[in-house]
Amino acid sequence: MDKVRVIEIKKSVFAENEKDADELRKDLKDRGVFLLNLMSSPGSGKTTTLIRTINLLKDKLRIAVMEADIDSDVDAIKIKEATGIQSIQLHTGGMCHLDAEMTRQGLEGLDLTDVDLVVLENVGNLVCPAEFDTGSVCNAMILSVPEGDDKPLKYPLMFSVCDVVVINKTDVLPYFDFDLDKCQEYIHMRNPKARVIPVCAKTGEGIDAFAGWLLEEVNIWKQE
Amino acid sequence: MHELGIVFYIIRDVKEAAEANQVEHVSGVVMNIGEVSTIVPEYLTDCWRWAADKEPMLKGCELKINLIPAVTRCEDCGNEYETVSYGKTCPRCHGVNTFLLRGNEVEIKEIEVPNI
Repeated sequence: MDKVRVIEIKKSVFAENEKDADELRKDLKDRGVFLLNLMSSPGSGKTTTLIRTINLLKDKLRIAVMEADIDSDVDAIKIKEATGIQSIQLHTGGMCHLDAEMTRQGLEGLDLTDVDLVVLENVGNLVCPAEFDTGSVCNAMILSVPEGDDKPLKYPLMFSVCDVVVINKTDVLPYFDFDLDKCQEYIHMRNPKARVIPVCAKTGEGIDAFAGWLLEEVNIWKQE
Repeated sequence: MHELGIVFYIIRDVKEAAEANQVEHVSGVVMNIGEVSTIVPEYLTDCWRWAADKEPMLKGCELKINLIPAVTRCEDCGNEYETVSYGKTCPRCHGVNTFLLRGNEVEIKEIEVPNI
């Protein structure tokens, strides 16, 4: 007799998370809440872009924010001070991403009674968050000019899972070898459906296009 | 570095499978890991050792990795080639209309249980 018995499993480790994410999406749909998963590298300007966007949309939509970081609560405080909306900080305890279960736990910390839109600011990282469905309706990412136009080639998965790619810090374009057309081409090689929106969060240029896209998506989701 | 998160998923799935099969101790877990799945096998086994030993059912349980070579298929000419060497561009016809055939797996193949 063999010393060990083998039990076949043949199961993707992501299967359970995908099931959790689908359930969360359905629950949010029933409650009329749209969840946006916002991803990027650290320092790309997620929080500044978000503050500008919220200030444009807060009269039209009831918005809440979940900030996910490994540590500190500077982002949640910054959002609350600059926009006055409901904002909470999630700590991932060293983890490089959020999954659907962590997102659900985070949402329990918010009062969703009168909320149309929740923005999840994921951990700053171009690799891991792309692997895990959070239960969001749409995924957006921010790529900033100093990071370089070749990022879609280096991190293809991140670009392929996003509905929108915001290109931030366009005010510094003259100082960097960043080719906006080339970058769009690289993004569309990975994801032909991605919408690319150039913005400058510092001056506010282009934020109306991103806010407009988001408002439209939220309205479609609530009407469907 | 999402290997630790993946390890927690593996532990959850293995415990569930063990319970379904009325098994009290698992001595080995065999994983199929694709070459372009973004998993670093050494990180996975290191995280595994740390996390699995905290679970009575998985104490000393070995994580074995079966690496699956990545293969891409070209839709234009039907060529199948090594993804890692040529990426998304077909080396035969230089087309970019290609898709990954295998190599993205992160799956639990089987678990090993001591025969008593």
